[in-house]
Amino acid sequence: MFKIAKYVMYDILRSKVLIAYSLFLLLVSFSLFSMEENSSKSLISLMSVVMIIVPLVSIIFSTTYFYNAYQFIELLVAQPINRSSILLGEFIGVSVSLLFALFTGVGIPVLIYAPDSTGLVLMISGFALTLSFISLAFFSSVAMRDKAKGIGMSLMLWFYFSVIYDGLVLGILFSFNEYPLEKAVIALASFNPIDLGRIIILMKMDISALMGLTGAVYKQFFGSNFGIIYSLSIMLMWIILPMLIALRIFRKKNL
Amino acid sequence: MIRTERLEKSFGKLHVLKGIDVEFKAGQVVSVIGHNGSGKTTLIKCILGMVLADKGNIYVDEKSIAGDFRYRENIGYMPQIGHYPENMKIGQIFRMMKDLRKNADVLDESLMEEYKLSELFEKPMHALSGGTTQKVSASLAFLFNPKVLILDEPTAGLDPLATEILKTKILEAKGKGKLVIITSHIMSEVEEMADTVMYLYEGKVNFYNSITELKQQTGEEKVGKAIAKIMKESAHV
Repeated sequence: MFKIAKYVMYDILRSKVLIAYSLFLLLVSFSLFSMEENSSKSLISLMSVVMIIVPLVSIIFSTTYFYNAYQFIELLVAQPINRSSILLGEFIGVSVSLLFALFTGVGIPVLIYAPDSTGLVLMISGFALTLSFISLAFFSSVAMRDKAKGIGMSLMLWFYFSVIYDGLVLGILFSFNEYPLEKAVIALASFNPIDLGRIIILMKMDISALMGLTGAVYKQFFGSNFGIIYSLSIMLMWIILPMLIALRIFRKKNL
Repeated sequence: MIRTERLEKSFGKLHVLKGIDVEFKAGQVVSVIGHNGSGKTTLIKCILGMVLADKGNIYVDEKSIAGDFRYRENIGYMPQIGHYPENMKIGQIFRMMKDLRKNADVLDESLMEEYKLSELFEKPMHALSGGTTQKVSASLAFLFNPKVLILDEPTAGLDPLATEILKTKILEAKGKGKLVIITSHIMSEVEEMADTVMYLYEGKVNFYNSITELKQQTGEEKVGKAIAKIMKESAHV
């Protein structure tokens, strides 16, 4: 498993796309930090970028990588290697490479300009989002035989989580605004890793007052120790579940 | 050594294998023949565990292969068209395969040497011609000294010299008591290498017997003609 991960990393770390991704993040981070005097303002802008770019790049890069590595996977399946180790090896390889890129692009600037707990939380959310979108990418690549369909499904997943879902939540809040929605709002946030990541960071920044009643509800729940454990474990579920389903499909797949 | 039991496989509505019962023994060179789409490659992929059968069982050394992967340590496989990671160089592919397969203690690098692949070690895979890729596939199949060799159209794309080297290697493997399964459309090769012919017709075993038996049954001298006769007969039925 780790040997496969090693070869995957060896393959990816030389790819131009990954280098471009790191450089782009690096550029964005440095310019945001140098534009503002107050580093927490820059962190908020950086968060908005991270919440859109990181999931998109993670899911699309992993999906295309999987289809391009299909021949390699075929070669491995005919060898005395367990199928689960093959897929997990691929997952670890892609994950380490993308986390490395995120660390260079966002982690280093944050360490230089805002080495506080908020910066740390931003990094953790970014890492968790990267992992969960790689996991989702593996799910759609294994489920779809056709490359175009697989990439299409990945794009749809990203679009759903970053755009459609928020619209749906707004619609629900608007139509049921006469009812007590506190618990529902928390539950709704758990079904979207991007929202969850954003909330965790905003709670850390102590600007929930700006978010009105919902912010107060969030603060009360996600600000507590239980809330932190809860949100971290839900994040973890978003990493593990899609990958588990992908493993189940892959074990029975005809190559 | 390898036995299949009522093996069935469908891809959607396409019923590719319709109950295959065969036994391959050590020291045999079996040639699997059949029309395009008769299920040859599917049968091979089932034995390799790349395709999972819908019904029936496959036993390697009397052990079912379902849920197992270690049995593949005994198998060397040469695909019809080898696909390798394009960014890697030939040398890296060989090093990686040695690294990934743990039973690499008794390596057989003779084919690699005869094809002079070590001179090309720095060439990336995407720059290789089809024939050179086939040479890499063949060398990899023999590299780990497996008890079973499965070669899917091994000589397609190879030049005459490379084909001769491969044929000698196959006959040498037979002499060592290995099982060799070959699919081929070239009848002269079947005659030269194989001792047993298995004819797949629309997902069923139509004929599975030794070449001498085949010649006697059909009364033909040449394997090619004998097989053509059988193919015609089965098409009439």
